[in-house]
Formats: sequence, structure tokens, C-alpha cells
Amino acid sequence: MSSRIIGQIKRVNGPVIEASGITDAGMMELVHVGELGIVGEVIKLEAGGAIIQVYEDPTGLKPGENVYGTALPLSVELGPGLLGSIYDGIQRPLEEIRNLSGTSIQRGITLPALNREKTWHFVPSPEIPEEVSGGLCLGTVQETKHLLHRVLVPPTLHGRLQYLAEEGEYTVDTVIARLETEGRTAELTMMHAWPIRVSRPVRERLPFNAPLLTGQRVIDTLFPLARGGTVAIPGGFGTGKTMTQHAVAKWCDADIIIYIGCGERGNEMTDVLTSFPDLVDPRTGRSLMERTVLIANTSNMPVSAREASIYTGATMAEYFRDMGYHVALMADSTSRWAEALRELSGRMEEMPAEEGFPAYLPTRIAEFYERAGRMETLGGWEGSLSIIGAVSPPGGDFSEPVTQHTKRFIRCFWGLDRQLANARHYPAISWIESYSEYVEDILPWWEERETGNFVTNRREIMELLHREVRLSQVVKLVGPDALPDSQRFILEVCTLFKNAFLQQNAFDDIDRYSTIEKQARMLDIILSYYRLGSAAIKKGITMVELKRIPALRDIVKMKFTVSNENLDRLDSLAIKLERQLTALEGHHD
Amino acid sequence: MTEKIDLEGVQKTLKTGIEYIGLHRVEGPLVFIRKTHPVGYRELLQCVDPKGNIRLGMVLDTTADMVVAQIFESTTGLTLPDTRVRFMGESLTLPVSEKMLGRSFNGLGRPIDGGPVPLGMEERDINGKPVNPTARQYPRDYIQTGISAIDGMNTLIRGQKLPIFSGNGLPHNDLAAQIARQAKVRGTATDFAVVFAAMGVKHDVARYFIRSFEDSGVLEKVALFLSLADDPSIERLLTPRTALTLAEYLAFEKDMHVLVIMTDMTNYCEALREISTLRGEIPSRKGYPGYLYSDLAELYERSGMLAGFGGSITQVPVLTMPNDDISHPIPDLTGYITEGQIVFEREMHGRNIYPPVAGLPSLSRLMKDGIGEGMTREDHPHLSAQLFAAYSYVKDVRNLASVIGEEELTPLDHQYLEFGEFFEGQFVSQAKNEDRTMEETLDLGWKALKKLPAEELHRVTEEELMEYYEG
Ligand SMILES: Nc1ncnc2c1ncn2[C@@H]1O[C@H](COP(=O)(O)OP(=O)(O)O)[C@@H](O)[C@H]1O
Ligand SMILES: [Mg+2]
Repeated sequence: MSSRIIGQIKRVNGPVIEASGITDAGMMELVHVGELGIVGEVIKLEAGGAIIQVYEDPTGLKPGENVYGTALPLSVELGPGLLGSIYDGIQRPLEEIRNLSGTSIQRGITLPALNREKTWHFVPSPEIPEEVSGGLCLGTVQETKHLLHRVLVPPTLHGRLQYLAEEGEYTVDTVIARLETEGRTAELTMMHAWPIRVSRPVRERLPFNAPLLTGQRVIDTLFPLARGGTVAIPGGFGTGKTMTQHAVAKWCDADIIIYIGCGERGNEMTDVLTSFPDLVDPRTGRSLMERTVLIANTSNMPVSAREASIYTGATMAEYFRDMGYHVALMADSTSRWAEALRELSGRMEEMPAEEGFPAYLPTRIAEFYERAGRMETLGGWEGSLSIIGAVSPPGGDFSEPVTQHTKRFIRCFWGLDRQLANARHYPAISWIESYSEYVEDILPWWEERETGNFVTNRREIMELLHREVRLSQVVKLVGPDALPDSQRFILEVCTLFKNAFLQQNAFDDIDRYSTIEKQARMLDIILSYYRLGSAAIKKGITMVELKRIPALRDIVKMKFTVSNENLDRLDSLAIKLERQLTALEGHHD
Repeated sequence: MTEKIDLEGVQKTLKTGIEYIGLHRVEGPLVFIRKTHPVGYRELLQCVDPKGNIRLGMVLDTTADMVVAQIFESTTGLTLPDTRVRFMGESLTLPVSEKMLGRSFNGLGRPIDGGPVPLGMEERDINGKPVNPTARQYPRDYIQTGISAIDGMNTLIRGQKLPIFSGNGLPHNDLAAQIARQAKVRGTATDFAVVFAAMGVKHDVARYFIRSFEDSGVLEKVALFLSLADDPSIERLLTPRTALTLAEYLAFEKDMHVLVIMTDMTNYCEALREISTLRGEIPSRKGYPGYLYSDLAELYERSGMLAGFGGSITQVPVLTMPNDDISHPIPDLTGYITEGQIVFEREMHGRNIYPPVAGLPSLSRLMKDGIGEGMTREDHPHLSAQLFAAYSYVKDVRNLASVIGEEELTPLDHQYLEFGEFFEGQFVSQAKNEDRTMEETLDLGWKALKKLPAEELHRVTEEELMEYYEG
């Protein structure tokens, strides 16, 4: 703990503390409060006084106790060793804290986020110009079997390279390079610190050009997210926000996952911690934990650290993006973060806007989602950061401020529907309320792949789903008999599509993840049932006959029975279906 | 460092000796004291009224010239000039021991059964400390409650927090007591205990629970923390905290499996709103403070299992939904924290279905990892999914029937209606003392499915159909 006293506690009434006698504190400076050394941050400065938000339980703090300054803004450590770790909202390593203080989190513990003892095998880059600047790759470390960690010059530095370490084993705090910059020498190690509230610079933003594939059919087929895009998942409790976040974290084709448990359940983090190491990334064959960093600031942990956790995660995500990787960040739940803002704002007695939230809520939400994007990095690579934010609207009512403001800053919306969840239709993503504005951006990507009629099929099924809504309203008023078979058949096909395609069981070993090829083929089979069936109805075949086709039972179960590796079995199913439908017509003629 | 701690210790004893005479202001349960020594945030204090009665309080706001504290007992009888205040230099603690089983306490943890104060083995801060997520162990062992609506459809797992969302006049107390009586983990003879926290409930409700524990002969395994309807409402803020402090001690020091029943959480939240309003805080929804979520999480998260420890805490909080409205902040925020919910439906109660557990909105989030082969029975996951799906369709058919008339329904829809009748009348419905085994529950579920043709059963496998449906 630093010994520079910058003032004294004047008032404590929760996690926001007033200090007086402030001499030289800086705005956003990281401080330690009281003799326990509770971590805090200066969030307001006024004549001789300061407001400090503390990241630990303030119980026992008294007026008159000292406040110690560190002269640094609240920052995270970035370097080899992040992957596979679990941190709290201000990047304290939870495993190490457990070794030190047992099952509960003791206050006043400061531990380095990155292990200082562990050595990494550093390989310097072969050709480095004499003049280097931020983002340049000095060398690499094979952090995991699959991830090459690029050691970059920190974004804001530039200068003449005077020394670069040779290949060898180094700890993260060993000097591996020296720069001369404006007459001073800067010593670089494999790690550096970056303030969490400042987004890391890039060379330029690039347009979206590819989907972030998630293996979730309703997402990839109907409401795709672009690499570098932003999406919100709003839904009342129990509608499936966390399960969706987990499924995407497990199966999406990003290189790095940053998962933030922000003000949610402790057991859900334990669930990730126990299940991820044993799950295998289908693309690399390695444990999913090797590409993941967890940030856990659960609901019972201090509320100010909950506010910080979002920025801590975003900064780590940008760091990996800067190396030219595709990063996906999940925040569960951004509403708890917004509520933390509200609570802190209330304690500072600021004027509230809607529902007690501070007037700057929309600005903060916008700033957060703006950190996403597909970018050309300072080092000249292409990297992306996709943000997937859960929203927990009170009473499941989407008209509340956090959902409404979030909608302004995202371009993809996976709205969870209470009725679907109650009927155990999972994922309960509503096909009526959800949307993706990325469809146009990634059309060329789809067209380039040989996914057959995917683009037209997708449009056709969306149309059918919307027609179904109108038709079921009629049925609700007058019963199904009022509709001609051709229209009742649309209802049938939509039910089939919901059961056989949209519903996806996260707990089934085969069903939990579908490649885009499997999705395309499944969709094609369902639509050929529709097309051939509609034609048959025109020839006088009845709905009842169509429903009796034996292949239908195979179609309903294809998601469970046909694995991603065995897709040719879908071809034989398609042939079987066609044969049975033609046979029906044959009987009639 | 050691030297400094000693010095502080001496200072503390000295200062706890200081008494301040006279209050600056009293407002409901809040007292304002001026010009004290530096007092810690959330420090415990004693308020001694002119007659010498001691009341406990906690510091909510501390500055050099004014301290605001909430008094946990009634402030009636406190006078401005003659009340004496002593600050205790620490936060409120509870002496805990196994001897507390079989005894009754008030919300502060003081005996109210006429017996002696049990000798505490250990003093524990009643606020607890947040558990490190890496120290938790994911709960997986199911508890057989003998109640089909729970065991079959919303299986309770040891270490889970599963609340009952009820309404005034619905039989939540019966269900909570029945769970407490019948709960067992099969195949293990383990040490269990029940910690019961009552907040603002009536005397007869407390008596009902006590009698129910007595009748099943487990009273000596139960610790009761009672803060009843006529006790000061502010005491309710402490009751669940003292109860959970004992539960943690029993679970993680004494390796016991502890079931904590907390009723009625609505009264707890109301007390919280009262204090918040008095302090002039900016309210969020319906006048409840913005920190209601975090405050409830501090309670509900004190459950579960810890890696390397033998015991567990299973919570069954009970709350009455104001106006039967599940979107009211109290059930809503609770549902966002707990691992599922058992929701009561007044309409089912009206049709004499006990327990009136609503089929669709009820959910056990931990069920998925605790059922199936090697745990309950291999058909359980698919069976329950199928029952949910079919029951959800029953609701659609009933709606349709109410519009076009039952006669107009297709034969298949009629079969669904029959299924619905059986499901509610035979599967969900049971007697208040009926204790069904898991097999009985699952078999009953298949019996219900037999009302439907096999082609309708998409969620079960061919093998399961062969074994349980045809057979
Ligand atoms: N894709 C899915 N497959 C199977 N079950 C699901 C799925 N999504 C949600 N569920 C069920 O719904 C429950 C609640 O989901 P969860 O994601 O925790 O909700 P939320 O985070 O919105 O409160 C889960 O415990 C699980 O039982
Ligand atoms: Mg969730």
C-alpha cells in the first residue's frame, strides 16, 4: 500500500465516501481507504474534498481515517497469463485470493493479477524497424497450445528500439525491450497496465463482413450477429439469458471469450468454472477454458466493483483484439451494472432521471457498446470485438429505461419471450420481436459459401412465420376448421419448424451445437416438406394424409439423431421424404 | 502492524466505555447522535432508555459531528435528553453453537423460550462475507420431498435456493412445512437441521410450524428465529441474517445439511422500504430502494455448497405476491436471484388442488444437473420435458375451447383435455401428509401420458416409450 496520505474520511454512508483535507488527489485516481486499505477510486473532486467510491465493503470505516493515493488510475494488467483465469470486477485473481483467505473474500487484499513467478517462452520478432510505435509486435509467447500471444508495444508509446531480449524464458515483469523516447528511456515488459475506462486506440473501423457463428440455429439462421457486432438479450427471469450467453460462450467461433458475471448468481460462475475445462472447442480440439477469461462480480459482491467489472472486461477484450484476434465478450447482466450506476448516483445525491437512473445512463451504455467493432489494429491486423449483453428488465417489461436505451446502441436484438419459456420452448428467442440489422452486411459471406438455397430459404421461412401469426389469430377466434387445408398446412409447417429447428436443447450432446451446414440442410428439408406438401394439397391430398408421412417423425428428431459429422444422413432423409410424398400423390391419381 | 492492532484494541475498550447522553433527534426507527468520537460505518450500538432497557442499533451514516443509526427494536420510550448511547466498536455478532437447535430466538438471536442463553462456541458477524465463487461447489444431489409437483417437475437440489411465490390465503405454510417434514436425500444417513426464520407472521402461523415439527418428532433439530407481526418491523431486517448465520455455522463447521425456511420475505422487504423512505433515499420501483436487489442477494446467496465441506444450505424462502402479481418488485427481484421458483395459482386452489403449483411459471434451474440416470431415473429428464410440453398445450386447448366450445374440438384436443384433468387431479394433487417416492411420482407421470397417443410424444425416446408407455 502506498504511504502518500491525500486526505481523511469525512463521511461514510455506504460505498460512496466523502473525504476532506484533500491535497493532491487526481480525478479517477486509485486510492486505499482507511487502515484496512480498502480499494477505491476518486470519482469527484471539489474544493478540498473528494468523493471516493470503494470497491469493498465499507463496514467499520470511520471519519478521520486516512486516505492513501497511488497516483495511478484504476487499471488492469495485460499480458500472458490472463487466459483461463477468473477475476473479480477490479481484476483481483479469485483463485489466489481463495488460497490466501479461504472460502470468503477478505477485505484489503491486493494481489497482482498476473502471476509474477511463472516464466513464458518469449520469441522476439525477426525484423523490427528501428523506430517503433504502439501496436508493433515485439515478439510472441505461445500462451496456450492454440493461442499465440503477441507482445505489442503499448498503444501510446513510440520511440527508438534500443534493446530487445533474445529468445528465452522470462517472467511478465522482466524487461524485454527498451525504447528511447523523447530523451527518456522506457523499459518494456511482456505486460503493461491500461486504465479500464479508456478504450484502446485502433487504426480504423472496418465494415462488417462475416457472421460470428454460434451454433445456435435460431441465431445463426434467423438473427445472425456479425463479427464485431453488438447484441442485446433482454428477458425476464428464467427466460434463458444466462443459458444463451453460456451457449454462445461455449460454441461461437471467436478466438477469445471474455465472460463477465455482473451482479448475477455465484453458482452460475461455478458452473462455468466446472464445465468449461472439460468441454472441447470443436474448432481447435482444446479445452474451452484455454480461450476464456472469467470475471465474476456476483450479486453479493460489492456493488461498485460491479460497476467496474464491465470496463475491466472490455479492456481485456480490446487487448486481445489488438493482437488480431476475434474476441466475444458476454456481460450478464448489463442491467445489474446500470443498477450499480443508479445506486452510486443515488448515494452522491445526484438528480435522477427515469426510474432513479442517472441522466448519463444512455451515454454510459453507448460508450460501452461502442467499444465493439471490427477493426484494423495499430499493428495492422484485423481484429474484432463482439459484445453480447444480457438485459434484465424489471417485470420482464421491455419498455423500461435500460432496455430502451440499449436498443438505441445495438444492431441485433434477441428478445426472450416469457410465453415460449413457460412452454419450455428453448431458446425462448422470439422470432417476431427479434431482429438483426447485420443480415445485409453478411449476405455476401453466405452467398460465397455453398449453402445452397440458404438465403432464399431463410427469407421464405421468415415469411411463413409471420403469416402464421395472422393465421393463428383467426384460429383463436373461430377454430382451425375455418381455414382451408392450404393455410392449415402453413400452421403445421411452422409448428414443425419450431419443434424440429428452433428448439435446441443445450443439454443434449448432439443438439447443443449445429454447424451452419447442418442448419442449412435442416432448413432445406423442412421447406421441401412445405413446398411438396403444398403442391400435393393442390392436387387434393388432405392435411391428415400429409401429417401421417413416416418421414415426419425422422424430421422432428433429426436434430438429435444426425450429428455435425454425419450430414449425409440428411440427404437420405430428404430423398425418403420426397419419395413418400410422391407415393401419396400416386395413390390419389 | 501487531503493535497497532493492540493499540486499537485498547482504544476500542476505552471508547466502548464512553457513554453519550442525549439524542439529537428520533424519527421512527432512526436516531441521530451528535458529537461522538469517530464511529465506524455499520458499527453496533446500545441505546439505553431512562428505565435502563437496552436496545440494539446499527450505524447507517457516520460523520465527525453526526451519527445516524437504526434501532432494531421499538424506539417508543426513548427520550431526547435522557437516552444513553454506547458504541460497541464492532458490528452485530451472533454467538453460535449446535445447542441452538431445539430452541427459539427473537430476530436478534436472544432466547424467547425461557431457556438460558446458549453458550456460543463462536461469535459470528451476522452479515456474513461474500463467498468466493471459486470456493463453491456446484449442487447436484436431489432432495426427495415426496411432493410430485416438486420432485417430478421442479426437482429440489441440495444447496439450492428455491422460493415459494404465493398469495394471501394460499397454502404456502402447509407446503413449506410438508417439505421440511418429508425432505430426504435417499441412500444417505446424514445429519440434518432446519433453521426457521419468521418475519412479521402471525403467532398462529409460528405455532403451526412448531406443532408440525413436534408431530414429526424433529423439533430438537430445529432452530426458530421469530420476529412476529407484533414485533417492531425493523427487527425483521435482522431475522434472516441471524438465522443464516447459524445455518452457515451448522453447514460449514458441523457438516450438517441445513434447510432454511424464511417466511414471509414480503414483510422483510416492506421493512426495508420503510427505512429507506425515512432516510429520504431516491426510490426505484413502487417505492422500494434501488438496492433491494443487492440486499436480497446478500441473503439468498448465503446458500449452496462449498468445495471441501460436508454440509449444505438449502433455502426455501416464502413470499406472498402483493395482488398475486408476479411482476411486483419483490417476487420479480427474488426470481432474478434464486435458482427457480415454485409459483402458486389461486385458480387451482379454488379447484381444491393441493399444492396449487402452477405448471408453467414454476421452474427449478438446478434440476437439470441432478436428475436422470444414476440420480433419479433415466427417463426423468425427457418425461418432465414431455409433461411440460403437453401441459402447455392443454392451456392452449382450454383457451380455444372457451371460445369455440368444447364440442368443436378435435378428438386429439379432447385427449389433451383428459390428460390435463389427470395431470392436475392425480399427479399434482396430493394429500398434505402424502409422501410419494420418486418412482411413484415418475410412474404417475407416465400414467398421465398414456392419455395421449404415442405420436404426440416427441420429447421421449422410442426406448422410453417401449419401457414405460407400452408396458
Ligand atoms: N437452450 C436451453 N436448453 C434447455 N434448457 C434451457 C435453455 N435455455 C433455458 N433453459 C432452462 O431455463 C432455465 C433458466 O434459464 P436462464 O438462462 O438461467 O434464465 P435467465 O438467465 O434469463 O434468468 C434454465 O435453468 C434451464 O432449465
Ligand atoms: Mg441469468
